[in-house]
Amino acid sequence: MTNITQLPPATETDIDLRDQTIAVAGQWRLFWLKFKKHRIALVSLVVICCMYLIAAFADFIAPLDPNATNARFTYAPPQGLSLLHEGSFMPHVDQLKMTLNTESMRREFQADPAKPLAVGFFVPAKPYAMLGFIPMQTKLFGLVNARPGDSLYVMGADRLGRDIFSRVVHGARISLSIGLVGVLMSLVLGVTIGGISGFFGGWVDLGIQRVIELLRSIPTIPLWMGLAAAIPVGWPPLRTYFVITLIVSLLGWTNLAREVRGKFLSLRGEDFVTAARLDGMSEIGIIFHHLVPSFMSHIIATVTLAIPTMILAETALSFLGVGLQPPIISWGVLLQEAQNIRAVAQAPWLLFTPAAAIVIAVLSLNFLGDGLRDAADPYESV
Amino acid sequence: MSMSNDTILKVDDLQTSFKTRTGTFKAVDGVSFELKRGKTLCVVGESGSGKSVTARSILQIVDKPGTIEGGSIVLTRQDGSQVDLARLNPRGEEIRSVRGREIAMIFQEPMSSLSPVHRIGEQIGEALRIHFGTPKAERRERVLDLLRQVEIPRPETAIDRYTFEFSGGMRQRVMIAMALACNPQILIADEPTTALDVTTQAEILDLIKRLQQSHGMSVLFITHDMGVVAEIADEVLVMYRGRVMEHGTVDEVFHAPKDDYTKRLIGSVVRLERKAEIRLKRAEIEADAAPLLEVRNMSLTFPSGLKAVDDVSLTVRPGETLGIVGESGSGKTTMGRCLLRIYDPQMGEINYRRADGTVIDMRTADKPQLKELRREVRMIFQDPVGSLSPRKTVAQIIAEPLKLAGMRGKELDERVAELMQQVGLEPAWRERYPHAFSGGQRQRIGIARAISVKPRLIIADEATSALDVSLRSQVLDLMMKLQDEMGLSYVFISHDMSVIRYMCDRVAVMYRGKLVEAGETDQVVNRPTHDYTKALLSAIPHPDPRDRRIQNRFRYVAPSASVNG
Repeated sequence: MTNITQLPPATETDIDLRDQTIAVAGQWRLFWLKFKKHRIALVSLVVICCMYLIAAFADFIAPLDPNATNARFTYAPPQGLSLLHEGSFMPHVDQLKMTLNTESMRREFQADPAKPLAVGFFVPAKPYAMLGFIPMQTKLFGLVNARPGDSLYVMGADRLGRDIFSRVVHGARISLSIGLVGVLMSLVLGVTIGGISGFFGGWVDLGIQRVIELLRSIPTIPLWMGLAAAIPVGWPPLRTYFVITLIVSLLGWTNLAREVRGKFLSLRGEDFVTAARLDGMSEIGIIFHHLVPSFMSHIIATVTLAIPTMILAETALSFLGVGLQPPIISWGVLLQEAQNIRAVAQAPWLLFTPAAAIVIAVLSLNFLGDGLRDAADPYESV
Repeated sequence: MSMSNDTILKVDDLQTSFKTRTGTFKAVDGVSFELKRGKTLCVVGESGSGKSVTARSILQIVDKPGTIEGGSIVLTRQDGSQVDLARLNPRGEEIRSVRGREIAMIFQEPMSSLSPVHRIGEQIGEALRIHFGTPKAERRERVLDLLRQVEIPRPETAIDRYTFEFSGGMRQRVMIAMALACNPQILIADEPTTALDVTTQAEILDLIKRLQQSHGMSVLFITHDMGVVAEIADEVLVMYRGRVMEHGTVDEVFHAPKDDYTKRLIGSVVRLERKAEIRLKRAEIEADAAPLLEVRNMSLTFPSGLKAVDDVSLTVRPGETLGIVGESGSGKTTMGRCLLRIYDPQMGEINYRRADGTVIDMRTADKPQLKELRREVRMIFQDPVGSLSPRKTVAQIIAEPLKLAGMRGKELDERVAELMQQVGLEPAWRERYPHAFSGGQRQRIGIARAISVKPRLIIADEATSALDVSLRSQVLDLMMKLQDEMGLSYVFISHDMSVIRYMCDRVAVMYRGKLVEAGETDQVVNRPTHDYTKALLSAIPHPDPRDRRIQNRFRYVAPSASVNG
């Protein structure tokens, strides 16, 4: 081995430093870069944002008062929107002509192409307060120059002649927010209890885990029904709403608690946590400086996946008639009204419109949650 | 004509690339080589050189999103017919008949390359069933024969066992038996010994060599270890960043390398073959100085009943480096962690002498004492990825111990910059995150964190084993430079004898929780007294093809327990 020349060793600058933007990219930036690659999740994010915007501005977007009845138009079918009238651009719906079928004793509606009703944006309406405090006199869209007897039922009307579309838009408020509020409650419970479980370990952990198992083994629907049945009928709708949220989140936290505990346990073994301990950092310091930032992104993903469960829980309860009650409008309440064969046979829009809203919301949230979960650990392959 | 008869596999201008966020990454960029019948070709390179992708391209099992973009891989069968493997459909009938039957492969991780739910006999026999449809009884006979060939003890009972009942070395033997099942002409071995201990590695290398001779196979051996190359290769292909840097016989490559990269690679291996120059020049450490750390009869038994550290006594003198060497499971890491009280040893004393001359037993030290002692005794971790929080910038990581010691503001910033310079990092990189750095640079960050509070003793647990060989000596040199500047002492834990020899003044050998031998490095390396040390030393591949030692190695049989490997 004498003839080998001793070269100066390779310097580490030989190795490319990754491109500059990635080099200084923090956790959330990498998170976003990875999330962006998940196309469906990205689309779902947009859909979800739109749905929450619609819920927030429901007063403005819904063309009619969701509680306004109209005896003339019970079970009116959806009125198709056309853009052209006699060759010129004019968005309109055809006026509905009602005839009473004396044999079946049913109202039958006929669209009359000869009588177009113009539809426009930002039409004047009765004064109302948007978001509860902004006085407004305009709606996003509606009939231009509406006269008595004209109608605009984009998705049809129910047995009292109320506009289904407006009701679904208003129902989004309750249904989507119950998911958020419920998840927030589970988050607080889950992170605290899971954190305690993972941090202390030993018999505390053992006890908490057994309680979680016990809670998870209880059949959910009967439990919810039992609890919901205990709500006094005389309570104001708002209080009922909060109690229902509490009930659905009562079991939702268990999943989150397990996730947090698992992360705690796996992260505690990491070398960088040991290093922090050797640096003299206190246990509380380690939790807030190292553990929490590390599983924050995982929690966000888990929480997103928990929202649809909450929405479905509320819907299920309301559908069974033990959750929210009319006059509160939620998607579950709307479905409850479509609970008979007559409605399905005669007015399928009663069923399909709220159902579609639920399916879209739940699917989008699930896809979004999937995307977030995949991006939750952006360090696997940068 | 005789030339092409000799060549069994001819790879020409192979291109394999991966699509990434920022573009296309050419993992293999125009690689050409020939594999001769009955010969061993070693593909050697550091991590990221594309050597594994080259091997996987041959069988078309490159992980997604990698694709073969061009080039040809011509396999010449014994009857003279030729087939271009690069043209075949990766899921087609044709390539499947080549895999396992004509070209077999063994992988690095014997843990994950065998199925845990099937008996090993079934797994080995599967290839026979698929390729030849061998009937069951005959298959069993053949599997038994294969197990005998790979020297698995008691094949009649071993055949019905599950993977988890075997040690790492035995699993790798099972993998080899599986590869041999259909009498392949070519064996591709992708780092088959990297996950194994050095004594087990020697056994496996020996086995592959003997089987190759008895079966007349060609072997394509992928490795990063120049020592292994020197021990087994006929020809060598040196790769760097997807390209072939040099191709020649093993003697040419080792003794007359032409390419600069090869020279550098061999240079860095050869550097580690002897004591560091910086250490040879240094004055002797006073033998009678009061020891900095004196461990007496320390023992730790895990709740499972495993005696991880068994009656260990050692001393560390001021300014010296004590090496702890041993194979996996020898308890060396546990021992190191005991010294910092990450684990609590049940018995013994860990007497640490502070700067003012007082001696504290760290084993019984209370929390506030421990907090202070942990500023004087620091740790460098093995894993450059896991030991740095990915969510903090370099400056934040290095500043953390200083902040906890009460340093703030401008003083802190300046100290961080100074530390970064001291370990050879640009202070301008302070805002970067660890993922922007290579393994060697990350280890430097870890070192900066360790020395930030001006410690007196550093426990370095396999500080260089995750690094490529060319970076290894740089990190070691840095550690020695810091030792001289700051008057540090090290306890250097490693499984790699060459690293110990390069850097340590004294060395202690651990085997199954016990210290079997301790002494001056020169004496232990050159004149070992304990049989285990002799076996360990003789199993180390020697990076000189003219002096192959593994075949004549010394085997150690533990007095009581059975031997793995």
